[in-house]
Amino acid sequence: MSTTTFLPPTAPSTSPMPSLHDGGASFAGRLSALRRVPVGALVSAAVVLFFVVAALAPRWLTGGDPFAIDLSAALQGPSAQHWLGTDQSGRDLYTRVVYGTRESLLIGLGATALAVGIAVVLGLASGLGARWVDGLVTRGLEVLFAFPVLLLAMLFVTIYGPSVTTQVIAVGLGTAPGYARMIRGQVLSVRTSGYVEAAHALGHSRARILRRHLLPNATRPLVAVVTLGVGQSIVWASGLAFLGLGVAPPSPEWGALLDAGRLFITHAWWLEVMPGLAIVALALASTTLGRFIQSNLEGARP
Amino acid sequence: MTTTAILSDDATTAAPPATPVPRRLLAVEHLDVSFASGHGRSARSNHVVKDVSLSLEAGACLAIVGESGSGKSVTARTLVGLPGSGARVTAGRLEVAGRSALGRPERSWRRIRGKDIGFILQDALVSLDPLRPVGREIEESLRLHGTTNAAARRAKVLELLASVGVPEPELRARQRPDELSGGLRQRALIASAIALDPGLVIADEPTTALDVTVQAQVLDLLAGMKERGTGIVLISHDLSVVARLADHVAVMQGGAIVEQGPVDQILGDPRHEYTRALLDAVPSAHTRGVPLTSAGRESMGAAAGRVRIDRPAGAPAVLRAEHLSKSYKGPDGRFATVVDDVSFELRAGETLGIVGESGSGKSTTAKIALAMLDPDAGRVLLDGQPWTELTTSQRRPRRRTVTSVYQDPLSSFDPRWNAERILLDALDAGAFSTAAAQRGRIVELAAAVGLAEEHLAKHPLQLSGGQRQRLAIARALAPEPEVIVLDEAVSALDVSVQAQVLDLLTDLQQRFGLSYLFISHDLGVIHHMSDRVLVMKDGRAVEQGDADEVFTNPQHPYTRELLASVPRVELAGSVD
Repeated sequence: MSTTTFLPPTAPSTSPMPSLHDGGASFAGRLSALRRVPVGALVSAAVVLFFVVAALAPRWLTGGDPFAIDLSAALQGPSAQHWLGTDQSGRDLYTRVVYGTRESLLIGLGATALAVGIAVVLGLASGLGARWVDGLVTRGLEVLFAFPVLLLAMLFVTIYGPSVTTQVIAVGLGTAPGYARMIRGQVLSVRTSGYVEAAHALGHSRARILRRHLLPNATRPLVAVVTLGVGQSIVWASGLAFLGLGVAPPSPEWGALLDAGRLFITHAWWLEVMPGLAIVALALASTTLGRFIQSNLEGARP
Repeated sequence: MTTTAILSDDATTAAPPATPVPRRLLAVEHLDVSFASGHGRSARSNHVVKDVSLSLEAGACLAIVGESGSGKSVTARTLVGLPGSGARVTAGRLEVAGRSALGRPERSWRRIRGKDIGFILQDALVSLDPLRPVGREIEESLRLHGTTNAAARRAKVLELLASVGVPEPELRARQRPDELSGGLRQRALIASAIALDPGLVIADEPTTALDVTVQAQVLDLLAGMKERGTGIVLISHDLSVVARLADHVAVMQGGAIVEQGPVDQILGDPRHEYTRALLDAVPSAHTRGVPLTSAGRESMGAAAGRVRIDRPAGAPAVLRAEHLSKSYKGPDGRFATVVDDVSFELRAGETLGIVGESGSGKSTTAKIALAMLDPDAGRVLLDGQPWTELTTSQRRPRRRTVTSVYQDPLSSFDPRWNAERILLDALDAGAFSTAAAQRGRIVELAAAVGLAEEHLAKHPLQLSGGQRQRLAIARALAPEPEVIVLDEAVSALDVSVQAQVLDLLTDLQQRFGLSYLFISHDLGVIHHMSDRVLVMKDGRAVEQGDADEVFTNPQHPYTRELLASVPRVELAGSVD
């Protein structure tokens, strides 16, 4: 992402940790630091903020009812009255996308949180545990890797039935191995790093080293990967919904919207394109924001 | 300067090196190099080489000396057309190997690089393709410059490797860089640089990463090339290397040449203050007990006299190693003995230097002394009490008695922390009743190592190399230890920064009564710092004793070989 290069790596604003005695950072200083934030990151932050508001308080963004049927206005294209058009029952698509944000975001965040949770446990066990534990976890992950995420998720949803919960679990389980492998690698490199050795040499206890050095440093790259993962999880969940394994209609969840619009794709393109754009916008914005955060966290590194 | 124009005209006719009028290989006048940095409003130009004029004739060696950031490497790279991206090069005259190099397009550079100019870089591991056998790497330059016969190329490769002193060239040519030792890699790199017998060789710190005995071989090799008529531009921060090879020396500081002249004059009778400071900063036998920097001389209050206190012989041993052995199982399943029956004693308030080449087992010995690694046999006593025999949890409270400083301080700091947080972590949190007292102690520690309060808020990456090492020393001091293990702690520093850090260590030792286990491959540094010395080779302690005695009257043949390999600034009489 070329936008990150606008930020010189040694700029004061990129300092990864504020000083313990950082009372002196003035408001004007912070404002000028903000001016150095690339446009892409600002736009992404605005997009993310929009969807967060949509999830928490959809009424602030639309006065309509996502379930209000108006057959006289069925299948209208985007217009001043219906920004994103209407569906086969005359429901306003913009209102439905806004109201669907909560479930979609919940799936995205929930699945990612679950995946990261599993991954941290497996990754730490594998990176710190005995050799046989590492072998077991690594082999297990390899087996999971052999199956496509969607296949695993489909299997799970088929067994337990489609709902938000099963989608969260299905996508979370499916994407966990990737994170787990990353954390294992991080743990291994941090464990043998100079600063962990230095901490041992200072006589710090294992628990203290785990808490102060290992966990924060091993999970550091997660910040960026997680924001990427939220968007990706929504895409996975939408894929499930598109296959009819998602949240059931008339829910306005984005995947369900895509699934419902499938039948009308030849004469009402907006039913597919608009929810799709919402997914892309959120995924793209959270990814860009994630990269920006990462480049700031690691900005001071050469 | 009118005569030089005539000489350089001669050069274009490519006279053979044996002609009475030496061929001029380099004519540089008023060279300026600057780099643009930043975008938009923050854009500025960084002027790194200022008004540099140099000249070199065939069969001679010109050394460019300076610290990191002095512009010497950029100067060298400009001479081969690789100043770096965004560089703006201007010069009154820039003739390399008899041709003007100003505004030369990259394509034309490629034709003469390798063929007319050989370029030797410092780090052979990153300069050689890791996936390619070194023989092929050398063959490549032969192929690119026209040797079409594959068999002839291969024969030439073996000849080249043999000529740079690589044993078993047939085997080595088939190996990849990571399978070769540092010395062999560096020699392979030199072989590829001289493959086409260039008349001019530019060597950027060619021996900096090497052990002394290997360094001696590489310097002999370069000296041999010089005798056969090759012109050499040697970039180095190491004055002793320069003394051994150069005929002419240019001293650079802040992008400009501060002094230039014949080697005897520059090293024997330096006119410029900076050159003198640089020479004074070289630790050696002569500098024992004398501060290396003028600041150190002032602060230690002894302008000329020896500040070292002769310690009573009966001082108690704080650290005592008895018959340590350690071996590792190699990838081939065989056990390699890294440390073999090593015993030593570190007495209170003294410095024991451990010297040896890479792979001699000195770092492993240090780790055992720190009880970071358990010996297979033998033991270490700390203040007469068992130390390595304790369990991990028994050791923990006593760890604060023995601390350490590593070669690369940056990797020993948590990347998330600033300087203050790093020091805070090393303090005994329970010992302070108030946050103010704790903060006071941190400031005190920083002051003890010469760091200002403003440095505390900085991240190690924002500190200079010397400041980072000072921070590492402050962290080692924080637990109020009796012993500090310094493993190549000054090896990565520039000579003048190294001098400051060595002065600091000497000062701290006297103030706090510390004992140092000082590990280095640099005999000059070891002799400067140590009261007693332990010489290691292949895991064994081949000789140990009083530093002056070991260095002036070495008993073991290896010690003698090691001492003979050390290039010295013999001409420098300034420190006496």
